[in-house]
Amino acid sequence: MTNVIEQLGAWAIIRVREMGRMLLFLLSAFAWLVRPPFRFYQIIKQLHFIGYKSTFVVVLTAGFTGMVLALQGYYSLRKFGSEGLLGSAVALSMIRELGPVLAALMVTARAGSAMTAEIGIMRITEQIDALDTMAINPLQYLIAPKLVAGVIGVPLLVAIFDVVGIYGGYLVGVDLLGVSEGAYWNSIQSAVEWKDVYGGILKSISFGVIVSWVCSYKGFYTRHSAEGLGRATTEAVVLSSVLILVWDYFLTSVLL
Amino acid sequence: MIRLIGVEKKFGDQPVLQGIDLSIPVGKLTTIIGGSGSGKSVLLKHMIGLLQPDRGEVWVGDVEISRLSGMRLNDVRKRFAMLFQGAALFDSLSVFENVAFPLREKLRMKGPAVTRRVEEKLEEVGLAGMGHKFPAELSGGMRKRAGLARALVMEPEIILFDEPTTGLDPLLAKSIHDLIVTMQRRFGFTGVMVSHEIPEIFAISDWVAMLQNGKIVLMATAAEFQRTTDPEIHEFISVGGTVALPGSLVG
Repeated sequence: MTNVIEQLGAWAIIRVREMGRMLLFLLSAFAWLVRPPFRFYQIIKQLHFIGYKSTFVVVLTAGFTGMVLALQGYYSLRKFGSEGLLGSAVALSMIRELGPVLAALMVTARAGSAMTAEIGIMRITEQIDALDTMAINPLQYLIAPKLVAGVIGVPLLVAIFDVVGIYGGYLVGVDLLGVSEGAYWNSIQSAVEWKDVYGGILKSISFGVIVSWVCSYKGFYTRHSAEGLGRATTEAVVLSSVLILVWDYFLTSVLL
Repeated sequence: MIRLIGVEKKFGDQPVLQGIDLSIPVGKLTTIIGGSGSGKSVLLKHMIGLLQPDRGEVWVGDVEISRLSGMRLNDVRKRFAMLFQGAALFDSLSVFENVAFPLREKLRMKGPAVTRRVEEKLEEVGLAGMGHKFPAELSGGMRKRAGLARALVMEPEIILFDEPTTGLDPLLAKSIHDLIVTMQRRFGFTGVMVSHEIPEIFAISDWVAMLQNGKIVLMATAAEFQRTTDPEIHEFISVGGTVALPGSLVG
């Protein structure tokens, strides 16, 4: 019995220490962000990687998400004779919830995992130590630009996701299922408020931080082996995805 | 210039350094030898603050660095350069960009001044015309040369070499050793090298320190090492072949 409690205690201490280290990592990266020299080229490079290169997968996911939402929504709304509200159903689901969450999950899968692998390899091959020995802080040079790119890139991707999703819903709802075009756009116009858009932006900014933070952290502290790198990448994707969903719940409950 | 006083370091329950007292002579090449896993690289990383000791002090000039961090540690590191075991070149950058990296990022240099200085260093290490290649396209020896060029480009006071010839064949290893000695003689930096290339290192080092059981058991010139009566040290340095006198390998 004592043994079990001991093990539980040891596990808890390790977890708390890890959380503390993660938080310090984030705060230090933000602190280095505001110190010169400012590396705008690095930020643009990371924006290209996290944002531009994720566009295709985000557009694809958004299109099909909007389409399936319209399909499901249409059959539910038809039971109450409210097909005209399809546009608002699709748009509100997209803007408030699915856009930020799904876009962030896709960015985690595509860019986040690559981010962990890249930083992890730099750690294993002592490239991060090399930065240190050159008196260049790795948090400032490597991590801070990724955080900025996440904060800027994810909201932009979410905006694209929302628009493409709404058009995907339009394609199925209006062109295939015969909902009136006017009713589709009118219901969006009357139902979507600034509060919904604002909530979506807030979510996407925080998700951008989560993806860059978790994935960079896991790569930065990866163990010095191929197995360690594989594990770090998996942990980064899982933890980032879970944190996105958990944080989404809390943020939604505050914003509602 | 570099002094370690009573440095102790443990990883988990495993003690690696157990009271290191060591002074590195200025403007000389000092080599640290010792068995595999004896903590040579760990010792080297303490000198530049990549690792912090559990106990003891690490002095660089008149600054004690073992508890420093952030900008203050970076100020001390500006005096250093380090050549890593695998060269640690940034694989997303070309050789030219790798060598130019500290100039651009630290000194904020731009344009022809960077090009001139980088090409000069590449030529010195025998990589003239190879600047456009990426690290993945280079052989092991060429990578070490590129790493050396990157270390030299800032003209540091101190250069640390972490097993610079690991994984190279004897001829390539000798060429890297020769290059290190030539550069050290030309620029007069303080060099600290970790190596297990015995007996070659006796021919190129001004001083040799032996790490055993977490302590420096002997620090002496190569000739003094030969005269040691300690059977364990003698056995260790004799395994690689006949102990060479200084100058017997590098003319």
